[in-house]
Amino acid sequence: MIPPAPALAEHPAALALAGRHRLRIWEPIPWALALAFYFAFPNYLGFGTELLITALFALSLDLALGYAGIITLGHAAFFGAGAYTVGMLAKHGIWNEPITSLIAAGATAAVVGLGSGLVLLRTQGLTLLMLTLCTMSLLEEAANMGHEYTGGFDGLDSVPIPPLFGLFEFNPLYPKTQYLYVLAGLFLCFVFVRMLVYSPFGQSLTGIRENTLRMHAVGAPVRARLVTCYTLSAAVAGIAGGLWAQANAYVNLTTLGLDRAATVIIILILGGYGRLYGAFVGAVAYMGLSHFLAQLYPTAWQLGLGLLLVAIALCARNGILGIGESLLRRFGVTRARS
Amino acid sequence: MIFGTDVAGMVLGGVAAGMVLFIVSVGLSVTMGLMGFVNLAHGGFAMLGGYVIVGAMNGWGIDFVPALALGFVTIAAASVVFERLLYARLYTAAELDQVLFTVGLVFIMIASVTLLVGPENQQLVLPPMLRGQVDLGFTHYRTYSVVLIAVGIAIVVGLWLAIERTRIGAQIRATVDNRRMAESLGINVDRLFTVSFAFGSGLAALGGGLGAEFLGLDPQYPLKYLVSFLIVVAVGGLGRVTGVFYAALLIGVLDFVLKKYMPQGGTLFIFAFTILLLLWRPQGLFGRKAT
Repeated sequence: MIPPAPALAEHPAALALAGRHRLRIWEPIPWALALAFYFAFPNYLGFGTELLITALFALSLDLALGYAGIITLGHAAFFGAGAYTVGMLAKHGIWNEPITSLIAAGATAAVVGLGSGLVLLRTQGLTLLMLTLCTMSLLEEAANMGHEYTGGFDGLDSVPIPPLFGLFEFNPLYPKTQYLYVLAGLFLCFVFVRMLVYSPFGQSLTGIRENTLRMHAVGAPVRARLVTCYTLSAAVAGIAGGLWAQANAYVNLTTLGLDRAATVIIILILGGYGRLYGAFVGAVAYMGLSHFLAQLYPTAWQLGLGLLLVAIALCARNGILGIGESLLRRFGVTRARS
Repeated sequence: MIFGTDVAGMVLGGVAAGMVLFIVSVGLSVTMGLMGFVNLAHGGFAMLGGYVIVGAMNGWGIDFVPALALGFVTIAAASVVFERLLYARLYTAAELDQVLFTVGLVFIMIASVTLLVGPENQQLVLPPMLRGQVDLGFTHYRTYSVVLIAVGIAIVVGLWLAIERTRIGAQIRATVDNRRMAESLGINVDRLFTVSFAFGSGLAALGGGLGAEFLGLDPQYPLKYLVSFLIVVAVGGLGRVTGVFYAALLIGVLDFVLKKYMPQGGTLFIFAFTILLLLWRPQGLFGRKAT
């Protein structure tokens, strides 16, 4: 092998590519904040748990939509698949150890993602949008119909979840264990997704998003890459769903609904897609606002959210992080250095 | 004979529902076909039209037919403003931005209607002429459903003539098939789109008013029926008036029959049917293959 010419290796673009996976100084901050939240707001841990799960779900969507550019309206299908796996296994007394059932949730969702991805990802555009939407609705109707197993419209409540490692109890009224447990789950999934998007595999996903035709031309196995990415994204969404079922000790049809699927898209785009931390920023902004505003003025909240979405779509700034980035650039900080 | 009347009644009910689906969705199909614009806010125009029509009847005591005309004109005019000011900026944008924008628009519509009128269902009071039953020779059926079927047929014939026999119709067909070629032949695609967008939104408003009797009319309308409208358009094929017509009838009858015999999750089959159909023919039953 001929080593690359030194001039090429020191090219700024080559340096930026080689260094893009390195840990930035600010990256531990969100995690420190999440831990600080645990000690600072012991009365809001239920809300915090919900927020972390939403961030994880948005992260899974970021993998499919933000990195691979798969536009899906039905991502809640995988969230629901994971949640129902945990709920049904525990409720029918088959298996309820938390960590292994979480893995089962991820595996089930991955199977659903692989099965649907193999057939759906042949299409694109509006057809793909419709097919993902219909697949989700199909699962929702199936969960509604099979009430002997899924509890139908009412869902499954008081799902028995034993203590974590036999020591830490899941107390729905005082969700200390849930918060840390979900935070750990989110962290592990995040490390996985981060490694994935900075790997050559992740690089090729970005390539497919930017120019599918060219990726075909350079010989990348486009379909296989997309299906793999969709399956992995489904697995992470399934883990988010499983965490949701364990933290709340119930499962119902809302886990599979269009509401949840649309909300997670809004959250991701609000934060900024295709940039890992967009999921966190979006989840904090959306959940924070909706938690305090939606209960006081539900209609005004919806109006404001609508105006915000229209504004983001028209300005095409790529969410809060995108706006922040362009502000930074205006003040002379280049992206390569930040 | 009981069985015979039953079947006839079911088919008539389904066809009437299908007609409303067609009237609402046809504009969506044409605008999606022309510009490839994913307009999830189309049902919002149907809802706004329904509110104008029902509000004019209940508030000002206007008759049903003039109220329908008023709804059509108001919403068509309003949609021109929306189209020129907002939609036009996003024709070249990514699908995701279009989805985001139209979802935001739906939220704004829902919230505004809730603030201005209130969250409760609006009751459409049919004029006495349209109530009751009518003798069709082989069976008795609700007058209103029969009227709906007649109106639907009149609209599809009118649209078919407009698309197949007029100059602007030929331009629409050309643009749906190959937009770049149409543009280079000197067809003003922007103006074409404005016209068909306005007309489609007006028809949606008409459908919102005509269907308010059995679909209901409340602020959640655009989200509640979004999936149905999209399924009709996807099954019928983009930019195909007759395709949307057959698809709407098919889905209308299927939905009506399944709701009657399998109230618990009969819609499952509609979703399964749509998935299989779109896998077999991604361009829809009547759409032409993209070139």
